[in-house]
Amino acid sequence: MNDEPPRRREQLPFGLAHLGLETVERDIPADEPPALGPNAGLRQIGKNAPRWDARAKVTGAARYTVDVALPGMLHAAVLRSPWPHARLRSIDLSRAAAAPGVHAALGVAEPLVSGKPIVLRYVGQPVAAVAAETPALAQAALQLIDVRYEPLPFVTDPDRARQADAPAVYQKPELDKVPSAGLPASAAVYPLSGNVLGPENRNSRGDVAAGFAAAAVVVDGMYRTQVQTHCCMEPHAIVASWHEDGLDVWMSTQFTAGVRVQLARHFGLPLSRVRVQVQAMGGGFGSKSQMGLYGRTAASLSRLARAPVRLVYRRDEEQMDSGNRPSSAQHLRIGARSDGTLTAISLHSHGSAGIAFGAAPGGIASALYPCPNMESLHYDVFTHAGPSCAMRGPGNTQGAFALEQSIDELAEKLALDPVVLRDRIDPSPVHREERRLGAERIGWSQRRAPASDPGPLKRGVGMAQSLWPANVQLNTACEVRLWRDGSVEVLSSVQDIGTGVGTVLAQVVAEELGLEPAAIRVRIGDTEFPSGPPSYGSRTTASITPPARTAAWRVKEALFRTIASAWQVDAQTLIIQDGAIQVRNDPHRRISWREAAAALRTDRISATAGRADDYAGFRHRSGDAAIALNDLGGAQFAEVEVDTESGVIRVLRVVAVHDCGRPINPRQIESQVQGGVLMGVSYALMEERILDSNTGWMLNPNFIDYKLLGAQDAPDIEVVLLENYQGFSASDAYGISEPANIATAAAIANAVYNAIGVRIRSLPMTPAAVLQALGMVPGGRH
Amino acid sequence: MANERRNEDKAVAAGHIAGPGLLPIVLQVNGEDHDLMVEPRTTLAEALRGPLGLTGTKIACNHGVCSACTVWLDDLAVASCSVLAIEVGERRITTIEGLAGQEHLHPVQEAFIAHDAIQCGFCTPGLVMSCAALLARNPHPDRKEIETAISGHLCRCGTYPHVVQAMLALGTREEPDLE
Repeated sequence: MNDEPPRRREQLPFGLAHLGLETVERDIPADEPPALGPNAGLRQIGKNAPRWDARAKVTGAARYTVDVALPGMLHAAVLRSPWPHARLRSIDLSRAAAAPGVHAALGVAEPLVSGKPIVLRYVGQPVAAVAAETPALAQAALQLIDVRYEPLPFVTDPDRARQADAPAVYQKPELDKVPSAGLPASAAVYPLSGNVLGPENRNSRGDVAAGFAAAAVVVDGMYRTQVQTHCCMEPHAIVASWHEDGLDVWMSTQFTAGVRVQLARHFGLPLSRVRVQVQAMGGGFGSKSQMGLYGRTAASLSRLARAPVRLVYRRDEEQMDSGNRPSSAQHLRIGARSDGTLTAISLHSHGSAGIAFGAAPGGIASALYPCPNMESLHYDVFTHAGPSCAMRGPGNTQGAFALEQSIDELAEKLALDPVVLRDRIDPSPVHREERRLGAERIGWSQRRAPASDPGPLKRGVGMAQSLWPANVQLNTACEVRLWRDGSVEVLSSVQDIGTGVGTVLAQVVAEELGLEPAAIRVRIGDTEFPSGPPSYGSRTTASITPPARTAAWRVKEALFRTIASAWQVDAQTLIIQDGAIQVRNDPHRRISWREAAAALRTDRISATAGRADDYAGFRHRSGDAAIALNDLGGAQFAEVEVDTESGVIRVLRVVAVHDCGRPINPRQIESQVQGGVLMGVSYALMEERILDSNTGWMLNPNFIDYKLLGAQDAPDIEVVLLENYQGFSASDAYGISEPANIATAAAIANAVYNAIGVRIRSLPMTPAAVLQALGMVPGGRH
Repeated sequence: MANERRNEDKAVAAGHIAGPGLLPIVLQVNGEDHDLMVEPRTTLAEALRGPLGLTGTKIACNHGVCSACTVWLDDLAVASCSVLAIEVGERRITTIEGLAGQEHLHPVQEAFIAHDAIQCGFCTPGLVMSCAALLARNPHPDRKEIETAISGHLCRCGTYPHVVQAMLALGTREEPDLE
């Protein structure tokens, strides 16, 4: 019990590579591999290996969940509530169940408190589902379901929902059943008044009143952000197949292993009898992390029908009922001394996640710039609208929009350059370097005073910073197999949702074994393999690459022992060089990789490694999740052109400077940063879920009226990637997805202010919003 | 209602209305003729993905906006979710599966791989089909022409910059020696 595993000292690279590296000494577990040198001396890591599944994706051979077709497979369709708030009086499935081609029908809406009536709380909420031989027959059968609704008063506008006489979404006893869009805490721990839940008060400290009293300057702003939908190109999709041994599921999911646990719990099956697979996966962005009601529905229908069932959402179902980024209304005040030193930050926020809770604007306001006095009170506002869930940079993306504009406003009041102010109040040397590089690339020194252009087209430059915890999934394992013919496999249930983690795994294993990434067979996205991490929260690479390298190293050590024993040498003297194993400094004792593998006693050998703790420890850990000591940062600089006659904002250029520890595949990281920036531009300028407050229906549940950024709207993006060695793990690699998205809208807003001299504190910054801000048309919230 | 039904029956009898049941059609896909039975409402995308099993063509919006389902009708890139299978007639259909031979990739596919113009990949087959169509009519497209050619495509992962980079690289590559 008290046997601490043996440890040893290792010197690991440390610092920012382009400024010169030092080493750091760490006490690491003895069964972890030796220190990995900086990328400059490596053959595979840090190089741009082509994406492992690129060929399958460009030829159409890649198999997504929507492409899975099993013999005898049925097609499911979901009946959804047409009412934003209604009591379900009765439901009769008998005619639908008896319809031609229909094999199963079931009600899926449940009461929150058992014994109480079923209440529906948003338009599009699932009520019942059928499985039939064709999608058309399933759709037709929905019309035979006889449902009696009793419509109730409802409210969809968060401002209206806060009023005392607004129709209530929940009663107090129902709170512990409210879905969470944020931390997995129960809503029942907070007070509920009408539709207002809270406050959540996690980050407050010090004495805010004294802090503001000590301030020479105070900025005070009200910021609003809209509801954004995920818009995954592959809709939510599942194929569920019950069989005598258990349940097989193919699912477009960000977390095969997590969905397995949820399915097993829900259906009372052992983990070993539930298998979840995903090959290619068409985007998640936070919305495909859970089993979900749709997952349960498909599995239940399959059990009932005794046949495989496929459920694929239509685009309008995606838009109404697959999650979204919650709205926010943030009242942010910041006080500072005349030299810029922050004395107080007060953030009072209201956010609506519809019928869910967890709409807080993240921890960025309390964490990015240290301040002794902080008051952070957040209230969730329930509305009769579809539930939010996590979406790329949840919380901090909304929070950065308010915080980074306020910091710029503060800089202006202090007559300081925004970068100079941040240099004073942000202690992170990595952030400082990111600002320096970004400023250099965008031409910050040429930046002019606000509204300098005399004509109607006005250009401006602005910047903002990201902050995101460096998440690690401790419940992460990876297996590496070496076969007697020399072939190598890497196996994990981890899924590649488009980030390229499969490529990264092949590179890490290839590096350790002296092979090419293309020689490594990547087998992932299947819970039959060791459990991998989820693909959310920018934690995948940080979690899976250290055990991948460790497992490869252990396989290599085992092979070395076999060869050393045959050659009667010390295994410690063996090295891999140019695809062969040899005795160090003795090129005559040399054997090819294939010949060496042929000497194995068995057909294959294998090692499975788990994610060790970060070598210097974690800042925080809870269950399977941990947070590394240093956050992930990133500074983004934007140049915009505002047409003050039409109100159209064009983002011309973005420089995105980011750190993610040791970069494994810089080009894939560049792809992901470009994607984060483009999602941020789209969020800043175009996207908004619009609900009809008279009916509760979404008015733009499609790709026509819900505007997404296209190629012609995309700015030039320059990605600058730091190599930031910290000596934290066997790979020392961390994530990138969320930080790439968090700063963008704020950087654009600051650039818009620099262009037109008017601050826009509400998203999206549509042409109408710009014209309102300029006072050229009436209305707006500015 | 009754009148409508009577009119419909008459129209069917006169051969003016097809369906609503299954109809036999022939689709020429990737150089081969396929006999299949489809309802009149079946879209080309559904016919390709369902009975023909050509799932490389993706349906993402199913209302003609995102272009994930792009195929060629003769030489024209179209959204196959917005074309009925029964109206294709004798036009040649080329899907992502038929763009290149078994051995070699199309240059656009090579360029997408080289420039990592791929993330989740769901929109990629459609983008490849539009880019290949552009290249066929304009071997040296400039940035504006590329952006215009792919302006109907939606990619939530944000691969546009690498798609443009891949196509620009193709447009400036050395021409094969024609002699």
